[in-house]
Amino acid sequence: MNILVCVKRVPAPGARIVLTDDRQDIDTRHLGFTTSPHEECAVEAAVQLRERHGGTATVLTLGPPEAVEQLRYSVSVGADQVVLVPADTTELDPQATAAALVDAITELESGAPFDLILFGNESADSGGYQVGIRVARALGRPVISGLKGIEIDGDEMVGRRETDEGFEVYRLPLPAVAAAKEGITLPRYPTLPGRLKSRRAQITEVAVEFSSGGQEMVHLLKPTEEVTETVILGHGAEAAPQVVRLLEEVGLL
Amino acid sequence: MNFPTSAHVIVIGAGIAGNSVVGHLAELGWKNIVQIDKGPLPNPGGSTGHASNFCFPVDHSKEMTLLTLDSTRQYDEMGVMVVSGGIEVARTSERMEELRRRMTSATAWGVESHLISPDEVLELVPFINRDVIVGGFYSPGVTVVDSLRAGTIMRERAQARDALTVLPNTEILGMEVRNGAIHAVMTDKGRIETDYLVIACGVWSPRIARMAGATIPLTPAVHQMIDVGPIPVLQQTRSEIGYPIVRDMDTYMYERQTAGSMEVGSYAHRPIFHHPDEIPSLGESLLSPTELPFTDEDFDLQMEHALELMPEILSQAEIRYAINGLLSLTPDAMPLLGETVEVKNLWSAAAVWIKEGPGVGKMIAEWMTQGYPEIDPHSSDIARFYRFARAEHHILARCSEHFNKTYGIVHPREQWESNRRVRTVPAYPRQVELGAVFYEVGGWERPQWYEVNAPLVEHYGVKGRDHEWDARWWSPIINAEHLAMREKVGMVDLTAFAIFDITGPGVVDYIQKMAVNQCDVAVGRAVYTPLLTDTGGFRADLTILRLGEHHYRVISGGGDGARDRYWFRKHLPTDGSVTFVDNTSAVSTIGLWGPNARRVIESLTRDDVSNEGFPYGSVREVNLQGIDALMFRISYVGELGWEISVPMEQGLRLWDMLWEAGQDWGVVPVGIGVYGTTGRLEKGYRLMGAELESDYNPVEAGLARPKVKKADFIGKGPYLEARKEDPATILCTLTVEDHTSASGMERYMGGNEPILTADGERIVDSHGRPSYVTTAGNGPSVGKYLLLAYLPPAHAVVGRELAVMYMNELYPVKVAIAGSTPLFDPQNARMKC
Repeated sequence: MNILVCVKRVPAPGARIVLTDDRQDIDTRHLGFTTSPHEECAVEAAVQLRERHGGTATVLTLGPPEAVEQLRYSVSVGADQVVLVPADTTELDPQATAAALVDAITELESGAPFDLILFGNESADSGGYQVGIRVARALGRPVISGLKGIEIDGDEMVGRRETDEGFEVYRLPLPAVAAAKEGITLPRYPTLPGRLKSRRAQITEVAVEFSSGGQEMVHLLKPTEEVTETVILGHGAEAAPQVVRLLEEVGLL
Repeated sequence: MNFPTSAHVIVIGAGIAGNSVVGHLAELGWKNIVQIDKGPLPNPGGSTGHASNFCFPVDHSKEMTLLTLDSTRQYDEMGVMVVSGGIEVARTSERMEELRRRMTSATAWGVESHLISPDEVLELVPFINRDVIVGGFYSPGVTVVDSLRAGTIMRERAQARDALTVLPNTEILGMEVRNGAIHAVMTDKGRIETDYLVIACGVWSPRIARMAGATIPLTPAVHQMIDVGPIPVLQQTRSEIGYPIVRDMDTYMYERQTAGSMEVGSYAHRPIFHHPDEIPSLGESLLSPTELPFTDEDFDLQMEHALELMPEILSQAEIRYAINGLLSLTPDAMPLLGETVEVKNLWSAAAVWIKEGPGVGKMIAEWMTQGYPEIDPHSSDIARFYRFARAEHHILARCSEHFNKTYGIVHPREQWESNRRVRTVPAYPRQVELGAVFYEVGGWERPQWYEVNAPLVEHYGVKGRDHEWDARWWSPIINAEHLAMREKVGMVDLTAFAIFDITGPGVVDYIQKMAVNQCDVAVGRAVYTPLLTDTGGFRADLTILRLGEHHYRVISGGGDGARDRYWFRKHLPTDGSVTFVDNTSAVSTIGLWGPNARRVIESLTRDDVSNEGFPYGSVREVNLQGIDALMFRISYVGELGWEISVPMEQGLRLWDMLWEAGQDWGVVPVGIGVYGTTGRLEKGYRLMGAELESDYNPVEAGLARPKVKKADFIGKGPYLEARKEDPATILCTLTVEDHTSASGMERYMGGNEPILTADGERIVDSHGRPSYVTTAGNGPSVGKYLLLAYLPPAHAVVGRELAVMYMNELYPVKVAIAGSTPLFDPQNARMKC
């Protein structure tokens, strides 16, 4: 069972996001970077499948040299191989990203397709929700998004997605593509030996040509901040009249 | 609650420092205290919020140990402390020697500690890899505290006294200074006028101080830590901390249990600094402003070391939390406490770590209330830094240098390497040619000894030192220079002196108020005098020359010049009747001492420099080959001679002149090794910061004159009280009677070691002050190794046999002098001839 997981390097901001002066990007001077949470879960799911069924779990990212940090992290939590598709940015549009990934995957597969290609349902920063589906279509493989559970049954994968009422269950013939959601499984933390091993991991590079997609960013816009303040009305019983007055004010009493 | 518009004192910051200051100010009776923090409570997001919260009590520094012990007492009293014990493990024999030195410091300051074998280490912490350690230093009194809870208790106590208003989520936007004093702060919620302000803002302190035009010289620096778990053996303790904290000293790391996991922290990674203006706000931070994103690559080696030390428990557990935590570093690794030198009533309580927090709070509150704290703040006083040392360039250079020495083995005489040659004397090029080995004081480069004098070592048959540690940052040339000076004549460059010229119609009253001894003397006379704190302890020790009816010149040591400058300026009358000018950078001074000194001077002038014409203790201008030099007949080394001062631009000329004229009389260049140690010790002269600290008074130090002047002076009341009583301790000169260690090597103490009874019991006076070596050094002319130490009267008896501990071994010593009589030339005949 050979699995590929495609992940994206994204900033890990606090509650308030600061934009650069030209509004083309978020200001990351004080920020760390991480793997999108959905993708972290996808990596965990792949590592568990590999542990159960054998084979390899490969993690790929498209991005600048610093994105190697996310690849090494994948190794520290169990990925076997990692691939960097070098790019100047992580912010190609979904169409261009998908096209570049298809080229890279085609080169990696060279005749032997991955049994399963996992994506995160959407990236934590730009949230386009498209790349996995576009890649699947280009490769002519079946795809399921919103994946919350996965099992392998012979040469099929059984995928579950959440609905308001319960779960939908799908069977997809392998090779297949799936876009995982947080909650599919609980990602592990790296161990000290895992971290140390990741420092020595070989990074495979697959260079591809980039074509422009159909989207162009004008600029980023930040919604007006809502300033809230906590006011302590009092302690114990003495606070009760104030609480009552407040509830009256908002029309609940 | 209405937003306050005025306060008696505002404390900015609600971390361990600010909360402790608030609590102690209220306890000492302060009212109308307003405490402000930009963040929420109880954890506003500063360094306290992510601190490791453990306190190792033993430090080589007395001041730091006393602050830590006081803090521990306070944490205990608040009920926020768990005693876990702690072990510093050694991986090398060099570290074991350092641990023996730590045992010595532990004994000096009275902290229970034990040197233990690897097996004993494993009994306490069974999951340590025995193969990598050679021993340990166990302090049963190591504690873990809840510093956030302690802060809340401090605030609540102040609130219970109706003394405190707390304003969280309030940002400081600016400050108003009036007539050189703090007047008001502007916040995002309003303006508050105040009489006093305390900046306790940790890593943000420099930024806040700058709003008032003051400097708090620190840099935010990264300390990396990770949390590894779950670890079953730790979970089984069912407690926050069940095993002693381990410091893996040789890898600059620690391992500390936090409930079911292990926190691994490091001071081994490269120094990583941030700028106080560039720390993200609480909203912008993923965790908190001082818990920055972890940079993996800086921690790789540390992980390997941690795995090596505790493979059994660390190899399976997961890394669940990893941060680049911010903490405050200062150029000399000590806190920044006291009133800022730039703005009156603006105080700093910055660069304070958890282990000393409550003690610092108490210190600041006492200082603000009674003029001076109980524990001498000599090494923490923010006024200790000269201007150059407050600049970012200097801060970053020194912090880069010492960050990795946090757990390092630092020799007490070790010199800084970074940002040197900031202040050089006119004769510097000559001194370089003579092979001067430069030590730094206050930014000045001072020759400690001159390699050109190496042949004198053989000439005088000076002995070297067997042990590399004792010989490190030392040379037998010092002793040879000493003997040559006593035989012929030596030149000592003293340009590093701090020189203050104080003038004006009110100057006599002012100087009289500052100094203990009678300063209303004839023009041309000089007075050696202590300055006292309001509580009667030593604040300074210096010489005051009366140069005119309304002109005094103060000469102080380069090491203390910045603190003394602050003290003199702080007490200037506000009516303009006294003018203070710091002429340190305008005056070059060379000391010429030895039996041939007069002959050298006679060859350069027709002025009368005879004993009758120019008596001991007098000052006058003498024309030396066309240069008007101010000559002061005094000596810190016990020889005939002068301190000769000229304008800075004539300093080189003066050096050359003395050097040439001295050739016929056997002149040698002499370093500070003689001036500061060997020459001084033989004469029993005291040094500020060594023998003279604010917890001792002139009676105890043997510096009380027969009479007390009529005029009032700072500290007079307590001084008069002290004179009425028998001293609780007496400063003595001791001689080491046998230097031979158990291994057969001759060992030489360096200072700060405990003086014990002959059978090894600690000696503590009736005020609780232990006896320890304040200065140690050779006495080449008396043929003994000398120690200065305070001893209670029962032991301060000539001939009394005691012991000194050094590297955890005892050596016999004998009291040679009780009091201030010199061991060498007790009648001072050589100086006064």
